[in-house]
Amino acid sequence: MSNLALITYCGLITFLTRFSMIALLKKEMFNDKIREILSYVPSAIFPAIIFPLIFLDDSGTIQLENNPKILAAIIAMGVGIFSRSILATIFSGLTSYWLIIFII
Amino acid sequence: MNNKLKNFFKGVRDTSPLMIPVVPFGIIFGVLAIDLGLTPLTTIAMSIIIFGGASQIIFLQLFSAGASSLVILSSVGAVNSRHLLYGTVLSEHLSDLNLTWKIIVSYFLVDQAFAVSNDHFKKNNNDKDKHFHLLGGGLNCWTIWQITTLIGIYLGSIIPEKLGLSFAIPLTFLALLVNDFRKLINVIVIMTSGTVATLGYQIIPFKAYVIVAALIGLFMAIILTKLVKKNYE
Repeated sequence: MSNLALITYCGLITFLTRFSMIALLKKEMFNDKIREILSYVPSAIFPAIIFPLIFLDDSGTIQLENNPKILAAIIAMGVGIFSRSILATIFSGLTSYWLIIFII
Repeated sequence: MNNKLKNFFKGVRDTSPLMIPVVPFGIIFGVLAIDLGLTPLTTIAMSIIIFGGASQIIFLQLFSAGASSLVILSSVGAVNSRHLLYGTVLSEHLSDLNLTWKIIVSYFLVDQAFAVSNDHFKKNNNDKDKHFHLLGGGLNCWTIWQITTLIGIYLGSIIPEKLGLSFAIPLTFLALLVNDFRKLINVIVIMTSGTVATLGYQIIPFKAYVIVAALIGLFMAIILTKLVKKNYE
């Protein structure tokens, strides 16, 4: 398969995952119970992306010691809970990460 | 201002803070792609055709490791499976749109646009032009993504890896969760999903750790909400 063909197929899959539920589901299919469960979707998905990027090194091995990303993420989380600000969360995380790796 | 335009620009405004970490994300993608030997044109094609940061990064990781087309395709599918859930959540608000609109908003349904538009839709349930919010947010993400991909391509390997800009990626997703950290059930779901994904990263095939962890997290949410209700009755 050529690179471009592979990219096109990947693009198609990406589009279809975004499109299928919007196209198939109807309004009447929702009740309060389903809605409540669906409100947990972000909490269920985002950590699955976040945690491996913080706790795993480039080879995919769990790294708990000498890992500045863990402390920086905890600081970012604290700032986020306190401030409820998306920007403050990201900036405090990046700043503390740079402080840890460059200064301390 | 016309209601459609108002919603459109609200979407642009709401996604804007989330664009700051997208900048390094896009640049990192461009730099990585060129480093791995993709041509600038292929790299640009990827950002336009796939238009999904996590999918494109996974693609590069596997492509450079020499994975087969089938593995790359199924991994991109697995990483994208979260969009099924986004679509499920948003379809409630978008089911009245015609097919053309559904196709357009689907192309723009990225993480950042989903997060802010989901919020907007809940608060403006009866506004029939509310999908313009998703269009504005999505187009904002799209523009930033294409520009930063180009910057990444041109910067090539000038940016020192030591800067650790890739750390901006988990921070972006973390920032999307700030309100959920205040609720106990959400915290338990977050810890469950994150732990499963981390421990399962090496074990679960086809990089399906994202969807497996998310489903286990969601299952946990169902059990916990049932338990809480029982205690109140």
